[in-house]
Amino acid sequence: MDTFVFLTTILLPALFDGLIVTLELIATAAPFGLLAGIGVAVGRTYGSRWISLPLRGYVAFIKGCPLLLLLFILYFGLPSIGIRLSPFLASVIGFIFCNSAYNSEYIRGALLSVKEGQMIAAQALGMSRWQSIRYIILPQALRRAIPGMTNEFIYLIKYSSLAFMITAVELTGAGKLVATKYFLFNETFVVIAIVYLFLVTVTTVAANMLEKKFAVPT
Amino acid sequence: MDIIIILLDWIPYLFLGLLQTLGLVLASLAVGLIFGLPMALGQIYGNRLIKSVISVYVWFFRGLPVIVLLFLFFFGIFPSLNMSSVPPFVVAVVVLGLRGAAYQSQIFRGAIQSISEGQMTAARSLGMTRFQAIRHVILPQALRIALPGWSNEYPTVLTDTAICYAIGVQELLTRATYMVAQTYITMPIYLAIAGVYILLNYAGMKALNMLEKKTSIPGFGQGAL
Repeated sequence: MDTFVFLTTILLPALFDGLIVTLELIATAAPFGLLAGIGVAVGRTYGSRWISLPLRGYVAFIKGCPLLLLLFILYFGLPSIGIRLSPFLASVIGFIFCNSAYNSEYIRGALLSVKEGQMIAAQALGMSRWQSIRYIILPQALRRAIPGMTNEFIYLIKYSSLAFMITAVELTGAGKLVATKYFLFNETFVVIAIVYLFLVTVTTVAANMLEKKFAVPT
Repeated sequence: MDIIIILLDWIPYLFLGLLQTLGLVLASLAVGLIFGLPMALGQIYGNRLIKSVISVYVWFFRGLPVIVLLFLFFFGIFPSLNMSSVPPFVVAVVVLGLRGAAYQSQIFRGAIQSISEGQMTAARSLGMTRFQAIRHVILPQALRIALPGWSNEYPTVLTDTAICYAIGVQELLTRATYMVAQTYITMPIYLAIAGVYILLNYAGMKALNMLEKKTSIPGFGQGAL
């Protein structure tokens, strides 16, 4: 078959459908990953031992366990104890776990970088502990965590490709299926690579703009 | 109790997978080091052409998911070069190694650039050539500074080896999946394998931390910088 015809009539439509799924995966997982990451970081930094210790274990588990294995546990493992998830949902949950664990590390570092005196000062002004965290510490810490978190977002774009391994047909999966059917691997994966490089490059540029916008003026 | 007996039967099979995983990690880190360090030097001391070629290389390998690189090399590039008989393990080492080189080069670049330029000038004024200055003055310091960042490559590569399941490398996760399919025991196997990965992660980081302590320059640690 003519390469051009293959590209325009078969590959690109299939990849477009896959790209939509990839973007849905990312868009669903990222906000929860961020929120959970903030929660884990605050819990680990300011929580009692009964809160911080389990959270530490959670982060250690997620960071040590390969994401692909985590997805297998969620998709192939959970049915054995009666929980059935769709491939899409299992992927999203896996990505949220992974994203939140790494985000929490960046946010925790940022929380610890805010001077302790600020917490004391806020409480001296009559704020509760929770109010000080919410209105004084977090707004500064989150800004400092932006470079790490945008980096993690870029990782999320890349590891969203693992969803294919538990049969959620996203960008990589859609391409792999077409490539196997028509036996055109080089063409297909070069196009997929271009799409990922485009996504990652655009995100990197946007992330740099975001960093500049939210930088604390010195 | 049956489960435990079945699991014990499979331990030799899984152990071979563990060896493959460790082999992948060590080989990929080594390939990454061998290519990454010269790339860092090229990016700092090379001419414009070398610099831009390396930048494009780094952009390419850091911008793509491991699984896409594995598919591209395993189904695309290797067969196109008439090397379809190359075992998946070798393809995996090539992919993880080349990708690791891109990441490692940036770690080394940061470390080399953190050494003040005056040292290069001083070394040159003592009559050293540029190469001698890099070899005997810059690198011995830069490599020590790079070690903590380099250590973080280990857990990344370790977890990435699991993705080599996608091209059928017989590593730990692939073998665990096969075992699940044969025994119909899912959760205990997956959780046990997760435990093995976490243990490997922990042990490796401990070893690297010891290496960091051993090679640190007295009074020149992270606190002193």
